[in-house]
Formats: sequence, C-alpha cells, structure tokens
Amino acid sequence: MEFEAVVGMEVHVEINSKSKVFCGCSGNFHAAPNTNVCPVCLGMPGVLPVLNVDMVNKSVAVGLALNCTISRWSKLDRKNYFYPDMAKNYQISQYDLPLCQNGWIDIEVDGQTKRIGITRAHIEEDTARNTHTIGGNQSGVDFNRSGLPLLEIVTEPDIRSAKEALAYLTALKQMLQYLDVSDCNMEEGSLRAEANISVRPVGQEKFGTKTEVKNVASFSGVHKAIEFEIARHIKLINSGGKVVQETRGWDADRGITVPQRLKESAHDYRYFPEPDLVPIVVDEAWEQRIRESLPELPAARRSRMGTQYGLSAYDANVITLSQDTANYYEQVVAAGADAKKAANWLMVELQSLLSAAKQDIRDCRVSPADLAALVGLIESGAINGKMGKDVIAEMFETGKATQDIVNEQGLSQITDTGEIEAIIRQVLADNPAQVEQFRSGKDKVFGFLVGQVMRATQGKANPALLNDLLRRELSRQEN
Amino acid sequence: MSKITKQDVEYVAGLAQLRLDDAAKERLVREMGDILAYMDQLNELDTSNVEPMMHAMEMTNVFRQDVVEPSLPREEALMNAPVHDGEYFIVPRILEGDAS
Amino acid sequence: MTTPLYKKTAREIRDAVRSGAVTATAVTEAHLARIAEVDPKVDAFTQIWTDEALAQAAAVDAKVKQGVDPGPMAGVPVGVKELICTRTGKTTCASKILENFRSPYDATIIKKLDAAGAIFLGKVNMDEFAMGSSTERSTLKTTKNPWNLKCVPGGSSGGSAAAISADECAMAIGSDTGGSIRQPAALCGCVGIKPTYGRVSRYGLVAFASSLDQIGPLTKNVEDAALSLNTLCGRDPLDATSADLPVPDFTKALTGDVKGLRVGLPKEYFTEALNAEMREKVEAAVDVFRRGGAEIVPVSLPHTDYAIATYYIICTAEASANLARFDGVRYGYRHPGAKTVEEMYVLSKSEAFGPEVRRRIMLGTYVLSSGYYDAYYLKAQKVRRLIKKDFDDAFEQCDFVMGPTSPIPSFEFGAKTENPLEMYLADIYTISVNLATLPGISIPCGLTASGLPAGLQMIGRPFGEETLLRAAHCYEQTSGITLGEPPIA
Repeated sequence: MEFEAVVGMEVHVEINSKSKVFCGCSGNFHAAPNTNVCPVCLGMPGVLPVLNVDMVNKSVAVGLALNCTISRWSKLDRKNYFYPDMAKNYQISQYDLPLCQNGWIDIEVDGQTKRIGITRAHIEEDTARNTHTIGGNQSGVDFNRSGLPLLEIVTEPDIRSAKEALAYLTALKQMLQYLDVSDCNMEEGSLRAEANISVRPVGQEKFGTKTEVKNVASFSGVHKAIEFEIARHIKLINSGGKVVQETRGWDADRGITVPQRLKESAHDYRYFPEPDLVPIVVDEAWEQRIRESLPELPAARRSRMGTQYGLSAYDANVITLSQDTANYYEQVVAAGADAKKAANWLMVELQSLLSAAKQDIRDCRVSPADLAALVGLIESGAINGKMGKDVIAEMFETGKATQDIVNEQGLSQITDTGEIEAIIRQVLADNPAQVEQFRSGKDKVFGFLVGQVMRATQGKANPALLNDLLRRELSRQEN
Repeated sequence: MSKITKQDVEYVAGLAQLRLDDAAKERLVREMGDILAYMDQLNELDTSNVEPMMHAMEMTNVFRQDVVEPSLPREEALMNAPVHDGEYFIVPRILEGDAS
Repeated sequence: MTTPLYKKTAREIRDAVRSGAVTATAVTEAHLARIAEVDPKVDAFTQIWTDEALAQAAAVDAKVKQGVDPGPMAGVPVGVKELICTRTGKTTCASKILENFRSPYDATIIKKLDAAGAIFLGKVNMDEFAMGSSTERSTLKTTKNPWNLKCVPGGSSGGSAAAISADECAMAIGSDTGGSIRQPAALCGCVGIKPTYGRVSRYGLVAFASSLDQIGPLTKNVEDAALSLNTLCGRDPLDATSADLPVPDFTKALTGDVKGLRVGLPKEYFTEALNAEMREKVEAAVDVFRRGGAEIVPVSLPHTDYAIATYYIICTAEASANLARFDGVRYGYRHPGAKTVEEMYVLSKSEAFGPEVRRRIMLGTYVLSSGYYDAYYLKAQKVRRLIKKDFDDAFEQCDFVMGPTSPIPSFEFGAKTENPLEMYLADIYTISVNLATLPGISIPCGLTASGLPAGLQMIGRPFGEETLLRAAHCYEQTSGITLGEPPIA
C-alpha cells in the first residue's frame, strides 16, 4: 500500500523585545544564571503580569505577514500544569481567542510553490531552563528565560513530507528575519519546532493516528526526525501494528524518536481566562499602522528584484534569502555596479568567503561600495577576474578599499600597447620553432604564445589587448 | 449518591499534586459532593443569552512599554529557595515526563 | 484626663504629628506598649517590628523638625495583614507553606503608605491564604474577638479587625475576596471598606482569587477609612487591572448629611436567614437614614441566592491556579523526604497546606477540569454577570444598597468549622459585592444582647466610594450609636 504523510507544525519563536513579556527584566537569557530575574518572572507570591506592548506589535506584524486575520478582541489564558521550569505552575498563553488566525505562507519545494495554512499564532511566555549538569541526583533551574516573549505559530496539517516541513521552516524563518522580530536561532532555542505526524493510505480522506515529535534542535534534525517518524508509522502499519497517539522526543544522537512518558492527566490543562490581564483589542487603525510599517516581504522583494535587476529566478531567490544580503546587493548596484555581475560576485566569491569565515554579511568588511568598485575595475579591464578574486579576499581580510589594494600590489593590468608589444617581440624571438608551427597552420600554438607573454608580464597583460597585439605582430612579421 | 466518586477525587488530586489518604478521599467525596450539588442550583438559570463575565474590569489594552528595568540581585532571587547552589535553584533530578 | 495616644484616630494622630503636638515616636511607643499589654489576650499580631517601626517614626519626626511635610498618614500606626508582601519581616499568609518566606519586594500599597509617613507596627493574623471567615484557619495563632475572647474575630482579616478593635493600631490593612474585610469589621465592631475592584493596586497582595481580591483599610471610624483610601487608591503600572481614574480627596465627601440620598433595601437580604437581632439593628439604622432625609427605596437583587455557588466556583478555580506556585522550588516549604520532582510537589503541598486550602484547591481544580469547565466555570461567569446586572438595575433606583454585613454576630471557636458549606453560607451578604466588583463598607450598628457587635453594610456603585463614605459617616455621626470599649475578656 502506498502511504502519504500528514504533518502539522508548531513553532515557538522567541520574540526579540528588549524586556520580557510580563516584566521589565532583560530579554537576554545568556546572562549568568538567575541574574535576569525579578519577583514577576520568578512567580513570587503577590506579583502581577503586565503585557509588553512590543510583543503585541510584533505578533500582529507576524500575523499580517502570514496573511492572518488579526483578532479585534483577544484575551490571555492560564494553562495549568506543574513543571520545575514553570514559575507559577501555569503558563500565560492564549487558548480559544488567539491574536492571529487563519493565515498562510507559500513555500517552494522542487521548484513548485505550495501554500501552507496557518491555523493560529498566539502570545505566550517562555519557561525557565533546567540544567542536568549539577551533579548528584539533582537538576538546576535558571529563570533567565522565564517570561521571555514567545509566539507560537501553528500550521494546518498541510505538510506532506519532511522536505516540505523543512521548506516551511525555511520560509517562516526568512519571514521572521525580514520582520526583525527574532534571531530564529534553533540551536540556541530561540526557534523551536514540533511536528504532529500521521500517515494514511493515498486517497484516504481520514487522518491516521498522529504522534507529536519534540526536542528537535536543528533544521536538519527536523527533516531527519520527520522522515524517521513517517517511516516508523508506515512500518508499524505494514507489519499489522497500530500507531499509538503519544508525544515522542527526538534523540539526535541515536537518530530515532522515543516515547515521552506522560501521565494520563498531563493534557488536562484547565485553561481559563487570565484574571490579572485585560483583553487585547487591536482596532483597524492599530492594525493599519502595523501593516504600513511592515518591510517589503520575501516574496515581494524576490519578484521586484528579479524584474528590476534582470535576475534569474534562482539568483533572485538566493539573494533575497536574507534581508541583509538583499539590502547589500541593492547597495552594490546603487553604487554603480552592473546588476548581473554584482550578483555573481556576491553569490559566489563573497558568499564563499563569508561561509568559510562563518561570518554574517552584516559584519562583512567589504563594503557594498568597494564591491561595486571591484566589479567596475574588472568590467573596465583595469584588472582581470583572477586578480579580482585576490582583491576581494584581501578586502575581506583587511577591510581596505578596492583601489588601495590594487595600487599597493601593483595589480593593475598592463594596458600600455608599447610595453606589451616589446614583450611580444621578445617572446616571438625566443620561440622561433613555435612561431614556425603557427605559420604552418597550427592554431593551437597561439595559446602557448599568449601564455608565454602572460608569464613574462606576471599575468598583468590585459588579455584582450594581448590577443589583439599578438595576432597583429605575427601577421606583421610574416609579411 | 454523591456528585463525584473516589476515582474523580483521585484524578483531581493528581492534577493538583495533592496526596490524600483514604479517609481524606472519602471525606472529600462527601464534602465536594455536597458543595457541587449545591452549585448545581445554577442550572435553574437560563444563561444561554448571557455573556460570561471573563474579566472583572471592563478595561482593555493595558500595556507596559518595552523598557528594561533592574532585575533582582541574585542573592535575593535565591534567598527563599529551599535548596540552591548560589547560582541555580536546585530540585530533585528532573526526568522526562515529569511534566504534569 | 487626656485620651491615651493609642485611643486616638488616625486623623487625630496625623494632625498632631504634623503640627508637632506629639511625636510619631511617642505614638509608636504608645501603640507598642498597648500591644504588649493586650495582644497576649487578643493574639492579633503575628509579628511586631519594634525597631523598624521606631526607625520609621524617627524619620517622620525628623521631617517634622525640618519643616518637611511628613505625609498625609504621618505617624499613623498600621497593622499589615500577613498576605501583603513586605521586605520587612516575613509574609507567611498564615500558612506553613510560607512560614519562612521573606518577600524580596514591597507591595505597592506598602510603598505608598511608607511614603505617606505611616508606621508599620508589624503583621496581623488571618485565615490561611484568606480562606475562611473566622481566622481559625491560621497556622500561626488563634486571634480572639476583643468583645468576647471566647468568640472568633471573623475573617479572613480577623487579625486586622481585632487589632483595631483592641486599639493596637489606628489603621489595619485587610483584603477582601468575599467579605474578608467587612465581615471581621462587623464582628469586631470597627469600620472596614472594600473598595471597588481596581481602586487599589493588588501588586504585592498574595492572590487568593484574582478577579475578586481587593485590599482595603480597617479603621476606628469612617473618617479614617476615607483618609486611608486617599493614600491606598490609584492606578499602579504594576497592576494591569488597576483603574486609571483620578483619586478624589475622600475626606471631602464627609458632608455630614444624607438628604436626598436614595437608600436601596434589597428584599432578598431580609429573609429568615437573617438573625432577628441583626434585623432589628439594621431596621433601626434604616430609621436613622429616614430621619436624616434620605429616601428609602425597596429594591430587588433577584440572583442573590445564586451568589454563593457562583462565588465558590470562581474563587476556588482561580485559587487552584494561584496556589499552584507554592511548589517548594523557589520559595516555601519543601518536604525533606522528597526524592523526586513529583514527591517534592505532592509531599510539600499535602503537608503544608491546611485542610480548607486543600479542599478549595480540589474544588477549583475539579470545576476547571476537562469536561466540567462549561458546566461550572463558564456557567458561573455567566451568573456573575447576572448578579452584576442586578446591582446595575438597583442603582437606577437608589444611590446605594444597604443591609446587614453578616447574618449572624460572632460565634464561639469551633462552632462552624465542621461543615464547610454552612460556613460558606454565612458569606451571603458580602460575596455578591465582590462578584459585582462594587465597593462595600461595614460600620458598627450596635451591640447584641450578648454584647457582640453588629455590622451595617452599604454597597455602592462602581467607584462610588464617596457616596458610601458620606452615608456611613453621617450614620456614624447621627445614629447616636457608640459601642464603647471592648472588654477584652
């Protein structure tokens, strides 16, 4: 029997507000343990939460970017369960009236566009972090992360493969980064993904029994975990077994999912409206203000840049993958570089330097103006492409200006006709046999002679000029 | 016949993380049963057209600005902890599935 | 013979301290001496902050000396209920689970009172986590009613009421979720006001039921209640449910007359459940208003009978979540035998919460649990709206509603602890006020034949504290009723 997978994703994104969602503690959870904490995020007796307006603004922005309906009236609720990382043993979240609902995002898989429905996006607070490295039979709890603003984004069960799940996460991350609402660092936990997975025979309408997979700490992990889980379901069913509805954790070391044992009552969360907070009312004017402040989003930018700069779909895609790269590119072009050539230099040379150095383009020492100057020098013939690679490497290393490097290293091409002619004459005189072969019709030898001239000029002769002059000299000597 | 059974009491005690001996369970079956039966008088009222009063205040949109305020000194954060190591709150080893 | 300092009202003390006629230090010492004298019998105070109080008093005196305004509560000695967070001393909520808890922060009202020059004498007793109507459910001590030491002071702010009644302080902070200020005020013969929900910041009040809790003062007279509210009320950025309304000078509302005010008497408050003696006192009070030129209007609050069920669903549900945080991780009691996380929760909570607290957590957890939410919690929220609407309708015909505070006067220890439902039913007149978020005041309206105080309750429109204070003050001035001194025996 042929099976089809049905996957829905729940993504938790830490929003990059300066302070926590319900108190004024810093949102930087890298600080020393339990130093960004206060009575509120420690869940001390008597404290009250007050909602950070930045969280509402950013959540609405995400909702709009994901084509959601923004609730005119929404509320926060208490989700009750006990866990040592829960300061109050309830989490303030949104239950039946989330801030954003019914949206979608388009993803690309194998050159095809697919629309993934967004069920909801809602506000909640992050939990503390447990550490098991304390030793003995003990764990430690650090509340720096407790109360960080968290946006939970839930998709419809529209995803059909691990590949699509990965494409969804990539598109979502790109969107969130365009909106500048999160650093989306999965390894550090600022973006966390869970997948609800089931399989069903192709053609069947009804969903199979689903399992929920948690504890995935990387994009590739998501792909592997979903692939594993789909295969596990299919194998189970094919061998006459049944999928049990349960929560499973991804064990990255072993590459398998394992059941997480939870009590029967673990999902009886006893939600009820948070009495300490008042409803959130986002009226049309507020929504409009946020809509107008949205940056150009990935899809729009991709298509505009494709048209405006004559880029291929592939190039436009790569360049707009990150907003910083797209901005950088547009600055290079604005500084006068040829659009197509700028794209190549950015995507190939600069990108490989950045990858090797594990550097963000934001921290790149090659300014857009310098890259534009480099592209210009190559185009004018002042230096050749090979020199260009050396120059950009030097710029990347030192941050020096293009022209300074070219001057310092005497990298300019020899474009002086007289100088090249003199060298050509010398080379021809030194290689009479090859000259003879050329004259007897062996065109191939021309390349050898070019190489000899280049060697004599240490590669600085302008190749086009050299070709031209060499042919002229050969025919002149013949006559 | 009580409104609730011993199993109900045990389930709720599990949710609330309370441990009850048999006598306490039986007493609660009786007491909670009485109180819940008393609460059932609300069913006399037709509330199908009544909006639930979800919040005590009719206010909306009360926010704080995104401004970082000083946190507690760590000693003060930890000073009430039954067990701490000067950096972390210490609890018995947390195992997967302790969430409840 | 001059009145001893401990007998003076907050207003008298404030004026005398401000004018330099008496020092805050002398006032504080007089009250500390009074506590030393009578508290061994009354047991209202659970902590006495002698050094800190004298230091506060010295700071007030220094301001007076320098000609700096020492504040509107200068030198007023205050007792603080055990569930208000204070950096000074402990904040135990009268529970074993918080027996050693030291708050790392001050409640907003503590900051306000401190800035206003008030002197904190210490903390006063209550029912564990404010769950009770007799203060018998404290794990700290048994507070007695100064009018009869064999009787309860009421609750949950029983320590606050007893301390005022026994002249141990001039103002006491209480909190009121279903009558916890008004009922003990009534049973101990003092004035207690629960302000409108949102009037006073709840930041630093250890929550029992968040949508019902409100902090308020217990005082010797109505003027002191007004004076205290001037300091306690106002929007707090740390409490999203605190009302953004200007705070009037409540003392200006005390005009001394009730001419033209319409007093609503709800017929549902005068049934057989009302003790005959209490009914007589309230009816006498009605006459005082009639004579004073007020108009007496019969009104109806048709959903009164449903208030107790509604209240106990909402308050236990909220409490079950509010009390979940006492898990022995960050503060509070942790059972020494706990070897696993679950044991830490279960053993600590089961041992350190008292039976009434456990019972309410169980009830609240049940009514929120899967399959029961709509039948109980949602239903209660709907009936809560109906109860609020009853009052809205009544206020179209009257300016405030009047009736008894409690259907019965104080009772002997142990008389009502056995049957929880019976105890809940005694809250009948006070809890609707919390459900409807309204202000309510209780003032003494006489002594019963057995010498126990009776309380008269007035319930106002939302943020209508001024009308209540005006009416209560006029009654106090014109009724001719003075309880005299409690025997403390």
